[in-house]
Amino acid sequence: MYSEKVMDHFQHPRNVGEIENASGVGTVGNAKCGDIMRMYLDIDDNGIIRDCKFKTFGCGAAVATSSMATELVMGKTIEEALKVTNQAVMEALDGLPPVKVHCSLLAEEAIHAALWDYAEKHGITIEGLKKPKSDISEGEEEEDY
Amino acid sequence: MEKRIVYLDNAATTKVRPEVVETMIPFFTENYGNASAIYSVGAKAKEALTDARAKVADLIGANTDEIYFTAGGSEADNWALKATAELLKDKGKHIITSKIEHHAILHTCEYLEKNGFEVTYLDVDEDGIVSPEAVEKAIRPDTILVSIMFANNEIGTIEPIKEIGEVVHKHGIYFHTDAVQAFGQVHINVDEMNIDMLSASGHKLYGPKGVGMLYIRKGVKIKSFVHGGAQERKRRAGTENIPGIAGFGKACEIAKATLDERIKKESELRDYLIGRLENEIPYTKINGSRTHRLPNNVNACFRFIEGESMLIMLDGKGICGSSGSACTSGSLDPSHVLLAIGLPHEIAHGSLRLTLSYETTKEEIDYTVDELKKIIETLRAMSPLYEDFVKKQNK
Repeated sequence: MYSEKVMDHFQHPRNVGEIENASGVGTVGNAKCGDIMRMYLDIDDNGIIRDCKFKTFGCGAAVATSSMATELVMGKTIEEALKVTNQAVMEALDGLPPVKVHCSLLAEEAIHAALWDYAEKHGITIEGLKKPKSDISEGEEEEDY
Repeated sequence: MEKRIVYLDNAATTKVRPEVVETMIPFFTENYGNASAIYSVGAKAKEALTDARAKVADLIGANTDEIYFTAGGSEADNWALKATAELLKDKGKHIITSKIEHHAILHTCEYLEKNGFEVTYLDVDEDGIVSPEAVEKAIRPDTILVSIMFANNEIGTIEPIKEIGEVVHKHGIYFHTDAVQAFGQVHINVDEMNIDMLSASGHKLYGPKGVGMLYIRKGVKIKSFVHGGAQERKRRAGTENIPGIAGFGKACEIAKATLDERIKKESELRDYLIGRLENEIPYTKINGSRTHRLPNNVNACFRFIEGESMLIMLDGKGICGSSGSACTSGSLDPSHVLLAIGLPHEIAHGSLRLTLSYETTKEEIDYTVDELKKIIETLRAMSPLYEDFVKKQNK
């Protein structure tokens, strides 16, 4: 059901992990629906994305789109990173099954959320960037066994 | 080197036993005649039909003339529900079932609701058990049918069928059970267990796909579901699937002969698997009843990870399992069964069902657990939920 590229990025995800003191961190998605993506960006003084890492809770497509999204924004300027749309992520993965298209939307949102966090931390405005909807952890209670 | 396959999805379907295949072949190649015909090529088919019916009946303590072959479990469920509704609609329009039934029951009930019937979907407890008291409480003067599954396909919980049947019969109502998962896996006796109708399928007990049956107790006068020829005593038309039926019969015969031995072997392996999962993988919850459980079913939730990614990684190691996550169900919600036993969404997404067969070995279980441990570790290392959890613990 998945393309070879999706399988490759799922089985060998690029840039998994955290960045300590990241310039921007964005978390999107909802555990209730089964997908959460967290994107870490390290942005230098010239506004270039020097490093990008992710963590994802979700299906194969969610992991693969996160992995691909990190590759697509790495080394880019903020303006260029904003142009990494869900469509671009999907195309780079040779497509996704229709039921999984929402995963690529999540990847786009995760980049935007991380950029938003960066902008807030630095007191700047990024043209064309809207405040992301972040609904993680709303009403989620820790369960103990 | 050929890739190793460890098949642990026997609740989805099973590998047909070689003896069953052998039984079936002559009905494709030599005795291919129509069972309704006079000539001997057809007579052999007729004989096979009679023989298979006796073997199926024998497995559940029924009479041969109470077994009606269908094209599978879903057809049997549809028939039992729709035909009972049709038969008794003047008496009442209320049906009782549970929230954890298979979709063959739930979607049929929804269809009946659209056609003027009222359905009560009973809650289950945290083990997935339907209480006979809850059934009794739900019974109304216009209740015409109670349908409760014998054992749940996802979490393996076996329902108190005998007790529920007693309650239902006390009120003079028909009792149907979807026994697709339990048939040939545990002891069933339709008389002792107060069952009026029972659905079963061939491919869950090492028989062929595309064949099943509905047991209809003598005196329950539900009408034909498929109209046409006079097959199955005019209650289910269509030229009989003789190879399938012969195979189904053989599978039932072997199931009966090996039942006790399989129950013992599989439940030991099941408990060994459950024990290893619980002891060696942190933040694991076993779903379903520990005591009233199908011998071959293991269902667990591993926190902070999602089921589909786990299945793909298991598949990479040749291990076949299934999950109740949203991604595997084709909707945004995880399994209705896991939600009904009270699991929160995010935990239900991380479920794994492993179902054993008579051929499963301890070595296969060990291989599976060893691989699963690595997979869960990898996925947790990738999970933002786990990251948050660990940070919170360290605070």
